[in-house]
Amino acid sequence: MSDTFDLGKMIFGRLSLEAIPYHDPIIVATFAMVSIGGVALLVAVTRAKLWGYLWTEWFTSIDHKRIGVMYMILGIVMMLRGFADAIMMRIQQAIAFGDSMGYLPPDHYDQIFTAHGVIMIFFVAMPFVVGIMNYIVPLQIGARDVAFPFLNNFSFWMTASGAILVMMSLFVGEFAKSGWLAYPPLTGILQSPGVGVDYYIWALQIAGVGTLLSGVNFVVTIVKMRAPGMSMMKMPVFTWTALCTNVLIVAAFPVLTAVLAMLSMDRYLDTNFFTNDLGGNAMMYVNLIWIWGHPEVYILILPLFGVFSEIVATYSGKRLFGYSSMVYATVVITILSYLVWLHHFFTMGSGATVNSFFGITTMIISIPTGAKVFNWLFTMYRGRIKFDVPMLWTVGFMVTFVIGGMTGVLLAVPSADFVLHNSLFLIAHFHNVIIGGVVFGVFAAIAYWYPKVTGYKLDPFWGKMTFWFWIIGFYLAFMPLYVLGLMGVTRRMSHFDDPSLQIWFQIALVGAVLVGIGIICFLLQFYFSYRKRDQLRDETGDPWDGRTLEWSTTSPPPQYNFAFTPRVHDNDAWWQMKANGVKRPQDGFLPIHMPKNTAAGMVIAGISTVLGFTLIWHMWLPAALSLVALILATIVHTFNYDRDYHIPADEVARIETQASEVKA
Amino acid sequence: MSHPTATAATKNGDLEFFVRGDHHAPNGTLLGFWLYLMSDCLIFAALFATYGVLSQSFAGGPTGADLFDLPLVAINTAFLLLSSITYGFALLQMQQNKLQGTLLWLALTGVLGTAFLSVELYEFYHLIHQGAGPQRSAFLTAFFALVGTHGLHVTIGVIWLVTLLLQLSKHGLTLTNRRRVFCLSMFWHFLDVIWIGVFTFVYLMGSMS
Repeated sequence: MSDTFDLGKMIFGRLSLEAIPYHDPIIVATFAMVSIGGVALLVAVTRAKLWGYLWTEWFTSIDHKRIGVMYMILGIVMMLRGFADAIMMRIQQAIAFGDSMGYLPPDHYDQIFTAHGVIMIFFVAMPFVVGIMNYIVPLQIGARDVAFPFLNNFSFWMTASGAILVMMSLFVGEFAKSGWLAYPPLTGILQSPGVGVDYYIWALQIAGVGTLLSGVNFVVTIVKMRAPGMSMMKMPVFTWTALCTNVLIVAAFPVLTAVLAMLSMDRYLDTNFFTNDLGGNAMMYVNLIWIWGHPEVYILILPLFGVFSEIVATYSGKRLFGYSSMVYATVVITILSYLVWLHHFFTMGSGATVNSFFGITTMIISIPTGAKVFNWLFTMYRGRIKFDVPMLWTVGFMVTFVIGGMTGVLLAVPSADFVLHNSLFLIAHFHNVIIGGVVFGVFAAIAYWYPKVTGYKLDPFWGKMTFWFWIIGFYLAFMPLYVLGLMGVTRRMSHFDDPSLQIWFQIALVGAVLVGIGIICFLLQFYFSYRKRDQLRDETGDPWDGRTLEWSTTSPPPQYNFAFTPRVHDNDAWWQMKANGVKRPQDGFLPIHMPKNTAAGMVIAGISTVLGFTLIWHMWLPAALSLVALILATIVHTFNYDRDYHIPADEVARIETQASEVKA
Repeated sequence: MSHPTATAATKNGDLEFFVRGDHHAPNGTLLGFWLYLMSDCLIFAALFATYGVLSQSFAGGPTGADLFDLPLVAINTAFLLLSSITYGFALLQMQQNKLQGTLLWLALTGVLGTAFLSVELYEFYHLIHQGAGPQRSAFLTAFFALVGTHGLHVTIGVIWLVTLLLQLSKHGLTLTNRRRVFCLSMFWHFLDVIWIGVFTFVYLMGSMS
């Protein structure tokens, strides 16, 4: 009996004490630090009696503003993890030369570079981008919330659930050693029998559900919920870029879901999609994952193009130059991003004709992108430019991103790519565009909209420190990689023989340390700004003399955003309101219809985490139970018909009067 | 509530900058659900493309012509297409505010869906039993993945349908329930369209080779 049916194995699967890497001092020390920090945080929250507040005001909140802030916090926490991975790699590569093997065994090093890539893209850049859209888009279009407020909360918790699984892999088992896109046959069950790839698969599948649903949510929000008068060509540019990004999410993430499902079938059911024998085709995986993967990088960068457009116009005190060309450029990039995926594997052997097609489409993308850069420059031209922190990031972005764009065009030439592919030149290129574009954009957005979220500005001194450490650190860390890549050094190496290369890696390490100081300054900025919040306070709701509707309400906005829905007549709706001397109405308030908070999102996402974990460890019995629980919880949620309420008119009046008194 | 026009102005020609009355954004559930269906359609697109690539990778094993039992699949197709018609009748009943009729036609739809699933499970069982399971070759892997994903969707559709029957009998034809019936209707017809693709590209063309 025990041979055919082993209850212990059904419950615990592959999980045993051996799975905990207590023999690795680096992980034990990390675990100690994380647990001490975690326990300290839990104790602090308990002593301050904050659990009730966190539960009712944040965790179960369906307010898009609260959810947006939670996304940003998730992004910041995961950025610390991702950066820790980065600095570990830089230290290893700076010292592992000749006889020195460095301090990380290859087995560990491979997990680190995989985790770094996965975390930075899925659990740092994506939460940041989705978080900014969450907070800003409904305010910019004059809406009271997103189209599906519950789904929004659920999406956040699914993203968090994926992040939790990735973090668990650090202490229970291992992470994938395959690189961030997990190509088979390396990730097949024969070459990767451990749990690492399964952590990868289920973390991304669960987070992917969240991302897809938030994509649907925002497309509907932007299409359906704009304030009266805001036609498509009167939408703020950030909202336009958010719309295009969410269209890309809806059109790209299903392919990721499908391809990861196929990989998991190969691993769990012994099927033959990507195997080397029985007719499998591994290159199909590479094609499919890049059909998602290339649009993904535009999903990340497009909203930040929007952020820069808002910032350039605001700090130049001018209307954005070439609004409609900006919109068309965004749409063209959206479409073209689907026609370039093969440039990630020119060396596959598709032949000269196919490679030239994809090389040319790739180069064409630089035309709309170039148009955007010129639009920003012309907006600044003869503007009354204020070099506040967001503007510093914007100028830093323009310089850095153009360099990264040009090395991208270089890589788009198939013959050049045959030499440079898989080298550190490629690594330098995409960090050049992702850091120079996405990361700088996120920091710019945080500095720009922080007063809207909290009611006080960020301390510009620490903002400037963050900026200068980041930008100098970035150039020191990545320019050497261009040089190394041109010399033919490949990526993902944990040891080198040629001592003449070492100096470049040492320079890169110095750069990474400077970036690390930049991150510390970024965190200190929150602390010092909070201490000085009375000096930095903004009572107007419009600290930068803004142009779009988010600045027309109070800072922080009331939960219903606008007591009266604005009516729009111009691209720069709030600018026009100010020019016409418009004041917010002080009477005639009506009850406001709002959705109710719910814990359903957190519960369903929590069960998903359990389901993912049990599947990773082949714990079939708990997995079956949690699958049933997941289905039941979803059905139970649909039986809840009591989902909304009205804020009474006198309550609205009270909030609005209070806001006006503060202003006066 | 209708959308106020952009050029709202007061009597003396000044622009109006606020909606003074109650403003309700139009409900976007049907659009949102349609977008979700399009994303689901892309999952099927990926599976169809995969099937296209792997459909000749028999690895020395059986081909479609060896395996497919066209009369059985034709009966199954009939079940699914009929279930779309019965769903249509349920919608007609709902528009006439007839709860009993709606429930009846929906239940019939569920029966047809279950019949479809039973035949499909029988087919899968039969294939696996004769050694043509998804592990046999890449062709069979792609076949089971594509047809199985469709079947999984129909299963979810049936669970949803049962849930909806309960909700309809509990709360009647409320606005929320009507919206849900419409969403499931889109889902159900969508699965029909996918099945027509499966029937044509997998079964008919597979039998010809």
